[in-house]
Parts: sequence; C-alpha cells; structure tokens
Amino acid sequence: MTRFLWPLAIFLALVGFLAVGLNLNPREVPSPLIDKPAPQFSLPVLHKPDMTLSRDDLMGQVWLLNVWASWCVSCRQEHPLLVELAKAGVVPIYGLNYKDDRSAGLKWLNEHGDPYTASIMDADGRIGIEYGVYGVPETFVIDKQGVIRHKHIGPITPQALQEKLLPMVRELNAS
Amino acid sequence: MLRKFVAAVLAVLIHLPGNAAEAVPASDDPVLEERVMAVGHLLRCLVCQNQTIADSHAELAVDLKNEIREMMRAGKTDQEIIDFMVARYGDFVLYKPQVKSTTWLLWFGPGVLLVLGLGTLFVKLRRRAAQIQAAELTPEQKRQAYSLLEQADGGDGK
Repeated sequence: MTRFLWPLAIFLALVGFLAVGLNLNPREVPSPLIDKPAPQFSLPVLHKPDMTLSRDDLMGQVWLLNVWASWCVSCRQEHPLLVELAKAGVVPIYGLNYKDDRSAGLKWLNEHGDPYTASIMDADGRIGIEYGVYGVPETFVIDKQGVIRHKHIGPITPQALQEKLLPMVRELNAS
Repeated sequence: MLRKFVAAVLAVLIHLPGNAAEAVPASDDPVLEERVMAVGHLLRCLVCQNQTIADSHAELAVDLKNEIREMMRAGKTDQEIIDFMVARYGDFVLYKPQVKSTTWLLWFGPGVLLVLGLGTLFVKLRRRAAQIQAAELTPEQKRQAYSLLEQADGGDGK
C-alpha cells in the first residue's frame, strides 16, 4: 500500500514548495549591506543646495534613510505613512531624492507633504549605487554607529512599519 | 483605408528590430565597449530580473554600465568590478551563481537527483531480473501449448 502513497507524498511535497515559492516576492533581494557601515555620502540638501549633508553628520542617532523620487509612483503609496511617522516624531527620516529634478522634487514635497528632516539630492544616482538601490522606494534603518540594520524594499506598509521598522528603531534607541 | 493600414503595419515591422537591439554604446572606444558588454553579460539587472544589464535598457542598467565603463577607465579589473557589484547588490546580481557552500544544492542537486534515480532504477531492475527464473518447458508441456494455440486459431476462424 505504501508504495502507492509514495508518489502522492512526493507530489504533495512539490506542491508545498511551489506554494511557498509563489508567495515569495522575487523583488525582495536580501541586501549584503545589512550590518555593514552605511556607505559614506556628502550631498547637497534639496531645500538648500549650497549646503551639504554627509553620513557623519547623522552619527549618534537612529535614523531612517528613505529613497524617493517625484517620478516614483509607488512612493505616493507610502508617503502618507511617512508624513504621519514624522508627525509622531519617533525617528528622524532623511530622504535620498534619487535621480530627480530639483524643482520637481520640491513641488512633489509641497503637494504631498514633507516628512523629511532633510532630503539630499542624488541627481546622478551614484549614492544609490553605493546603497544598492534598485527599486524606489527603499528604506534603510541606520543605527547610532552608522551601521545599516535593516532594509525595506518597496513601499512601506502599515504592517511592516508596526511589526518591523518601529520595533527595530525602539530596540536600537534603547541600546 | 487599406493602404493606410498596410503602411502602419509596415512602419511597426520596420521599427521592431531597432527596438530589440542592445543598448547603444556610450563611448567610441570599441575595445572598452566590448569589455563593458562582456562584464555586463555576467550581471543581472535587478529591475528586470531575467535580463543582464548588458541586454537591459532599464535606467539602472544604463547607470551601472556607465559605472562599469568608468571603473574600467580607472584601470579596475573585471573581477574587481564584479566584486564591487556583489558588495552592493548581493550574490543575486551574478547571472551565473558562484559555487560555494550555500549554492551547492543549486549546482549539484539535479546531478545528485539523477544519480539517485538511475541508482534506484538499476537496483530495481536487478531485483526483478533475479525474480524471473528461466523455466524450461518439458516436451509434454510444449506439445500442450501448441495444441492450445492451434485450438485458439481455429476458434478465431469461425
């Protein structure tokens, strides 16, 4: 009897693997930068282009680096969440305005609200490459020592915020 | 009307090959461009995951090709450039995965399965061969068999 059940068991195992595979998101590629120092940058600030902001200016605090652009459609999806998060003042959010036009970026923030403590301009996408950015929006959680602790790819969902990002920020702030 | 339609179809057809071509080289040094494309063919475009950055027109792929070009101009070797990409985008950026402990299953799994399957088949066939014993018929049995066959032939004819 068992010899007839074997093929069924193997088939069910295959179905199981396929079901898991179908529910994984192929866009979410684990970043090799987790637990590595955040790449250095020194970029002009969106609102004050003659000022620059560098990674070292942000040391000593837990902060989020949110990669956004005015041309990015799914950035609109997560934006209200970021605005709300900024209002709550739990964690400073810095924006990396990725491959964008300055006036378009400023206009976009005027229309949708500006959750960023500051946005820096990565006009040619160079710093994006350093951070391994491939799908805007992306959000990095960076600790007090300037180490990347988490990367969220794609728009932040309320669930990801409550279950992953905020607990992480709390934990890093406590340490 | 029909003429217009034919013209439109032709126009589309004429433009198809142009769109399918590889990205236009951005410098006039053919040796360098060839190297850029060669390395580009080893790297995955993370935006359009089943294309290499050499084949892709995605903005990220164009940026990365520019990055490769500049690194080559700065005298970096192909391996250094590939390491640079892996450090930022992870192993997934390699179109051909490396052979290392975490990818052994990927590289050798199919081979192992094939060997296991062939082994099982071989063992089964051997066992079955052992079970079948060659049974010689006695002359008496042979005669019986022939008469049975003949009877059957006669039955068919009716």
